[in-house]
Parts: sequence; C-alpha cells; structure tokens
Amino acid sequence: MKDPYQILGVQRGDDSAAIRAAYRKLAKIHHPDLNPGKKEAAERFKEISVAYELLSDADKRAKFDRGEIDASGNEVHRERPFYRDFGDAPGHQKYRRSIDPDDLDSIFAQAFGGGGGQRFTARGRDAHYTLTIGFLDAANGTTRRISLPEGRTLDVRIPAGVLDGHMLRLKGQGMPGLGDGPPGDALVEIAVAPHPLFHREGDDIIIELPVTVAEVVLGASLEVPTIKGKVRLTVPPGSGTGTRLRLRGRGIRQGHQFVQLHVVQPPGEEPELAEFLKSWTPRHPFNPRDGLPGAGLEDA
Amino acid sequence: MRITAVVALFADLPEADLPEADLVAWIERGWVRPEPSEHDWVFHEIDVARVRLIHDLRHGMDVKEDAIPLVLSLLDQVYELRGTLRSMLRALEAQPSSVRDVILDVIRHPGLEAGALKGPE
Repeated sequence: MKDPYQILGVQRGDDSAAIRAAYRKLAKIHHPDLNPGKKEAAERFKEISVAYELLSDADKRAKFDRGEIDASGNEVHRERPFYRDFGDAPGHQKYRRSIDPDDLDSIFAQAFGGGGGQRFTARGRDAHYTLTIGFLDAANGTTRRISLPEGRTLDVRIPAGVLDGHMLRLKGQGMPGLGDGPPGDALVEIAVAPHPLFHREGDDIIIELPVTVAEVVLGASLEVPTIKGKVRLTVPPGSGTGTRLRLRGRGIRQGHQFVQLHVVQPPGEEPELAEFLKSWTPRHPFNPRDGLPGAGLEDA
Repeated sequence: MRITAVVALFADLPEADLPEADLVAWIERGWVRPEPSEHDWVFHEIDVARVRLIHDLRHGMDVKEDAIPLVLSLLDQVYELRGTLRSMLRALEAQPSSVRDVILDVIRHPGLEAGALKGPE
C-alpha cells in the first residue's frame, strides 16, 4: 500500500484544505467516467479516493500518523460501478446525445475522401506518391514504373517539360471505393532533381559554356550538349564572357537553348601572350569601367 | 430502486451524503432520468451510476452547479461518439483488409496521407 500523502502529492503537515484541493485536482484528471477508454483510471481513482478518505478524516489521519492503522485504513472500500460501465456499453441509448445525421454524413464524407451523400458508399481515397526524376527525364518526358505498397505497380507517363512540384492525377488508380463507390485517384507529385549543367527558364534551357580566349577572339565551331544530345554551335569572332548564343528549337517543346559563354584564362603562364599584350595597341581603345556608377561611396 | 433507496445508498457510502432534495432537483433538471412511476421514480443501475457521477462532479471535484449541464452534455456526446465509432469499426471488420488497413493507418496518423511513399531517387 502506498503512502496516502504520496498518492495525493501533499506534505504531512498540510491542512485539510490543501488535502481537499489536491484530491479535487486528481479526481478531475482520473475519474473513470471522464476517461471511458482508460482501464487503469478506475484503479488510480480508487487509490486516490482511499487516500483522501483516510486523510480527510481527522480521526483516521491522526491514527495513521501515529502508526495505529495502515494506509488502507482497515476499511473495505466497496467496489462501485461507474457510469462509464453503462454509458459506454452498447445498447444504452438513454443518455446519449443523438448526433445529427447530417453531421455524421459530413464526417464520413470527409473521412472517405469527399464522396457524395450516398450512405455507406464512398469513393476510395486518393493515394499520394512522390516521384523524383532527373532533369533530363523531366525535360524530355519519360515513363516510370512505381511499385505501390500493396504490391501493385503503376506506370506513370511523365509528359515532356514537367515542372518540379507538378501533380499528376491518375484516374482510378487510388484506393478502392467503399460499397459501390469508385476508386480514388493516384496523385503523383513530381520532384525534379537539379542538373549541374542545364538550367531552366520556362521552356528555354540555359547552359554556361567555358571557352578559351582564342575561341572568342577568333571564333569557333564547338560541340555543345543539349537536352537532346550534342550539336555544333558557331561562336562568332569577337564574342566574350556573357555573350548569349541561341540554339533554336533545342529547348523544351518549342523553347530554345541559350549558351552563355564564359572565357577561361589559360591555366599556366603564357609569357608569349603577356609579351604580345605589352606591345599591343588596341585599335579601339576603351575603358570597360566607364559608366560604373559613382566612386563607390554613395549608393548607386 | 426507489428514490429513498438511492438516498439511503449514499448514506451508506463512507464519503458521501445525498440530500433527497438535491436528487429531486437533478431529476427535474433532466440530469438524471429515472423511469417515472406512480408516486416517484424507478432507478435503474445506469441511473444510480449517473447519480454517483454527478455527486462526484459536485462534491469530489467541486464542479459548480451551473457547469454540470455542460460537463454532462460533453460526456454524453463522448459516449455517443464512442458508440458510433464502435459501430463503424464493426462495419469495417466486414471490409477487405486492404481497406481496413488504409483507414486504420489514417486514424493512427491523422496528418499523413494514405499510402504516402517516397519514389525512387
């Protein structure tokens, strides 16, 4: 038998008001009728009641404090039926608050995926999946097979140009309906993985292409990747970093691919080039920093 | 059980006392609904248990008189919903296990959509 002071969480010196307050607080939490689904509540409430019975009776409390009686108080605490034993029993309609059938219908309609008002017939739930595909598969379209938890497989046709976050709806491929209800749909959210080279702006594809000084000064014909394979690109003489060249119709659907040139210096020392630049007088001298706003002290 | 027997029952309880006037008032307010008979009422087990519940609320938990209808109304709704839920679960037992599993899954994880699954990377 546990110590009744401990059960109620009070001190030995606490007065009867403190003990009553502690008991009321615990009773509100543990009363079995307030916890119809909690079997252990009856045991706990009985423990609290016995402790309170002992400590709320000044006579018994004094005897217990002197060690003359034990914590059970030598009283047989009779078993009592609780309201939940009846209120929770099937067939006891007496005190039940009848639920508005419309209210129930709305709960069921929500629970079963928004079907119509037909009783016991509900459209199956939509099943949600996430499918991550590569950038190129998203750009060109593909078919992917996903396996469902219940062992079925589903072929998902992904149209060309699908965007990250796009939701594909596969009619009737969701959960089976209840009763005569139709099955739900499968909703497949597409996640598109980024690509190290290709970027997307609408249906256009952007890539950045490293080129040498000679290629931009003299012009060149270069092989560049596109989402549909390699093609040749003509770099006109006099191009430079930031030059944007268009590959017509090489984007997604009717889009184009744009190639942004990025001039890369030679990796090692080039004394001949340095020597040449020292003696070189440009035919069109210019300062590329002309037109830069301010001296850098005030906001542009 | 007659009203006098119910009152007497409470007199026997170690922690309780129930004035007959209180019990009559509870009946008049509809908190307890014993079966009417010629002169007073007939209490069934469920009525006695409910009287004890109201007594516990009033005296054990110090719930104010005017809050009792609120507490009883909420409790009655809880028991009704539990009954409805039980009927639903019984109806569910007749369904194929795939349907049962989906519904139980959603009940246990209300935030989760049914069959949520990560696709291959």
